[in-house]
Amino acid sequence: MAVTRLFGSSVKRREDPRLITGRAMYTDDVKLPGMAYMAILRSPYAHARITRLDTSRASKQPGVLAVYTGKDIDGKLNPMPCAWLPKDSDLKVPPYRALALDTVRFTGDGVAAVVATSAYIAHDALDLIDVDYEQLPVVTEQTAAVAAGAPQLHEDAPGNQAMHWRLGGGDVDSAFRDAEVVVRQRIVQQRLVPNAMETRGTVAQWDPGMGELTMYNTSQNPHIARFISSVVTGIPENKIRVIARDVGGGFGSKIPVYPGDMLTAFAARELDRPVKWVETRRENFVATIHGRDHVQEVELAARKDGTVTGLRVKAWANLGAYLSMAAPGVPTWLFGTMVTGCYTIPNFAVDVFGVFTNTTPVDAYRGAGRPEAAFLIERMMDLLAVELKMDPVDLRRKNFISKDAFPYTAASTLQYDSGDYDMTLDKALEAVDYKALRREQEEGRKQGRYLGIGLSTYVEVCGLGPSAAAGAMGFQGGLWEPATVRVLATGKALVYTGTNPHGQGEETTFAQIVGEELGLPIEDIEVIHGDTAQISMGWGTYGSRTTAVGGSAIILAARKVRDKASKLAAHLLEAAPEDIVFDQGRFSVKGSPARAKTIQDIALMANVAWDMPEGMAPGLEESHFYDPVNFTFPFGAHICVVDVDADTGEVHIRRYVAVDDCGLVINPMIVDGQVHGGVAQGIGQALYEGAIYDEGGQLITGSMMDYTVPNSTQIPTIETIRTETPSPVNPLGLKGVGETGTIASTEAVVNAVADALAPFGIHHLEMPMTPERVWRTIEDAKRQSGTTPATPGR
Amino acid sequence: MYPAEFDYHAPTALADALHLLQGHDGTVKVLAGGQSLLPLMKLRLADASTLVDIGRIAELRGIREDGDAVVIGATTTYRDILDSAVVGRRVPLLVDTVRQIGDMQVRSRGTIGGSLAHADPGGDLPATILAVDAQMTAAGSGGTRTIAARDFFTGMLTTSLNEGEVLTSVRLPALDQARTGSAYLKHRHPASGYAVVGVAAIVRLAADGTCQEARVGVTGAGSQAMRAGGVESALQGKALDDATLADAASHAAEGLDLLSDPYASAEFRGHLAQVLTRRALAAAVARARGGPGA
Repeated sequence: MAVTRLFGSSVKRREDPRLITGRAMYTDDVKLPGMAYMAILRSPYAHARITRLDTSRASKQPGVLAVYTGKDIDGKLNPMPCAWLPKDSDLKVPPYRALALDTVRFTGDGVAAVVATSAYIAHDALDLIDVDYEQLPVVTEQTAAVAAGAPQLHEDAPGNQAMHWRLGGGDVDSAFRDAEVVVRQRIVQQRLVPNAMETRGTVAQWDPGMGELTMYNTSQNPHIARFISSVVTGIPENKIRVIARDVGGGFGSKIPVYPGDMLTAFAARELDRPVKWVETRRENFVATIHGRDHVQEVELAARKDGTVTGLRVKAWANLGAYLSMAAPGVPTWLFGTMVTGCYTIPNFAVDVFGVFTNTTPVDAYRGAGRPEAAFLIERMMDLLAVELKMDPVDLRRKNFISKDAFPYTAASTLQYDSGDYDMTLDKALEAVDYKALRREQEEGRKQGRYLGIGLSTYVEVCGLGPSAAAGAMGFQGGLWEPATVRVLATGKALVYTGTNPHGQGEETTFAQIVGEELGLPIEDIEVIHGDTAQISMGWGTYGSRTTAVGGSAIILAARKVRDKASKLAAHLLEAAPEDIVFDQGRFSVKGSPARAKTIQDIALMANVAWDMPEGMAPGLEESHFYDPVNFTFPFGAHICVVDVDADTGEVHIRRYVAVDDCGLVINPMIVDGQVHGGVAQGIGQALYEGAIYDEGGQLITGSMMDYTVPNSTQIPTIETIRTETPSPVNPLGLKGVGETGTIASTEAVVNAVADALAPFGIHHLEMPMTPERVWRTIEDAKRQSGTTPATPGR
Repeated sequence: MYPAEFDYHAPTALADALHLLQGHDGTVKVLAGGQSLLPLMKLRLADASTLVDIGRIAELRGIREDGDAVVIGATTTYRDILDSAVVGRRVPLLVDTVRQIGDMQVRSRGTIGGSLAHADPGGDLPATILAVDAQMTAAGSGGTRTIAARDFFTGMLTTSLNEGEVLTSVRLPALDQARTGSAYLKHRHPASGYAVVGVAAIVRLAADGTCQEARVGVTGAGSQAMRAGGVESALQGKALDDATLADAASHAAEGLDLLSDPYASAEFRGHLAQVLTRRALAAAVARARGGPGA
């Protein structure tokens, strides 16, 4: 390959040809001989007792192989476990059964499963299952659920409180007592539906001879899926193989193991034939986790000069009807630690109440807790700027952690690794010509044109993370990663990672790392992921950890390979090991460049092992088990510029500039792509998306006709700019970029709209900022003030 | 998404289709482009035990000029309409409307007749069909008949087509006379692409520049598309300045049974009808005057 440096080069994504030409192997592409199909009957009610459940008509239907109910699996499948148990949080973990035993607690809760010889027969048979429900009172909103007299979901969680978790630093009470200015805001982080392009599913195959279960599964983390499946099914972990080769997006929704996965495994073993279950899109809307859903009461204390002195947060996190696998960790550790953002706020306190409601369980969605934190602090900074009549840029600069302060220990006790917040802000301001925009805004307002400029200066925690920290946070697993680099006799290499890229492009970036390190052409490197039989262990892809943690493991394994190859080269070239020079795949002797062996020569000699040095084992394969010493802290500045049509409430995004610093960059094009996707989802939250339940607990935005996942025509051109501040915590200086887009963008858009509507006295808007909501906010403001700012000529 | 079992017929002659529509027990439905019916069947919200696919009946597809009108066969796709020079020249309002329907996939499969017969309150075409005073031709076992656009839409998802009748073509009077301008504007539902409110406006100016005739159709806002008579009469004979247009547009929602959903309340729909009517009229007037976009 002509590229002399792979690292830092926009190599085209190697996985894309198969992904975009229909040649990928998604779970639904798996077809096994004799395979049967499962469909799940889901509760049409949000809260009800099952008084009669008669499956006899369905069972008699030709082609139906089995019908299972909660009673059939009781004692055979354990309840779904919760895998994040924050300490000192009083967490209640009510049983979450794969099929309800007697009570359903959300619309979509499993009632029965049908297995048939075709998917059509299975779905038709669902209509033949007779169920009588006795409806129970329903509560879907968290502050209503904790109120006195609310319907109770679980006996062992009085007041529907799943947990109360606290975090703080400094002396927040004194800060508020001494504050010269306090701003307060109630913020609602609406519920979002992740909507990965591929719905979830499983194909399970039971091998009765070996007593082994193979599960093809839409998982971001197949080894965790293996672990959890073992706990639920009772099949030993070493008798389960999970394969998740191509996964069509996840955004966190494919971290958990779900009831449907376990029912498929159960059916395959019971029937001794392969069983496939793949969600329909409608099913995905109600049966796959949702994200966000906070109600927050926030107070910010400051001095009149703009110095922020304290932050107090109370948050009610809607967790849905049961605890999804990582649910308790998202609104606690992943949220509470980051509420002070990129500012030196010495005193803060966070109280989080996790609440059960009659809704789909809520868990990690791209950014998971950190978007909720970044939105909160960036929104509050703008509100403080309004209160103090300061430019939001100046207010931010005044409170930034200075670039000389790194590593910086925040009041949360997290240690921020590296950063230069003024630098990214400067670049963003320059890109939009901030001063000119402010002038245009002032002029426009006189003519009834409403231009808004929204800033988001964010920092996030990612690269999850040190395993000791995982344990301290109550995460029931580790966060290290293994990697193996194996160079075959022909000079072709296999790279094994325990992470599981599902669209992010690491089949390319990981090959770039190894290619750079060993001087191998990228075409000669295969990245293997998503199969527990091939890869020893792994904690998966989420938390922007894949490259920072998995990539670090790979480079350290690759360096071991190079070291061994170098020693073997010295032996074969009859030179001293310290005299070997390595450059782009050639090991030569210092001073005599013609005396050289290529990495391919060495690979052959290592694999045949005819002439190994004393004490060197044959083969050219090394592994590394990498546990990071700290998290990483990507940062940046996003600016959104909007024009608001005050007549219709429509928001038009004129410019979107994203300046992101995710440490050193392996593939700039892939990093841009991650920013684009994340910003699109963040704009989605700001303007379009929102799951709405009616009073009876029906999800009324339960299809693509009602729930707006923005498409390309609804997303502006995203201008990406990068700075590269290396992280000192890992060998490549990487930080991670998978989640920055959602973490940074939503507040930039809301800040822009609030800024545009400031002449109406509007300073906060709830999301999604649909045209009607914007229009009503304006109309209400007009009525309250009794005055009307300039409107466009009619 | 798995529809319940159904029978499927794809006749190549209209007479066969009409025969099939008569001769079945259970629910028989006509399948044209399938862009509305099939999603409903997959969601099991529409039940059809038999589908009669009229897509292979050659005589139902195509565009032809007929004197002062353009006649479009019922199974003519949106794509065909956008590609037609005749429609572009003679009924530019239809092009303006059709290019805002759905997305490229929908426009490639969806048909003018299928959409009109389905009569979704959020469909775009009804506003335009009403504004141009189109005429529908329907065929049934008793022969063919013509239905005026005003009489065609009878309520939400209902038309004056009888059981067993098939809409065969739509006749649209041409709009290429002098001093005539038109425009279709919509507030698009961000997820479905349907018209939350859509307004089709046609303005014909007298020689002195006053309004000789205005015709306005409003879709999306109410349970069925309607002509905005109050707007039209408020413009008759008037000089068309901004204040007159705004005043006339304030009548846009009169008589509409306004719909409400989680995306847009009745009040907001009524408001949008007024704003879009004002803007559509302004665009139509500009085109009638030969200004930008004429």
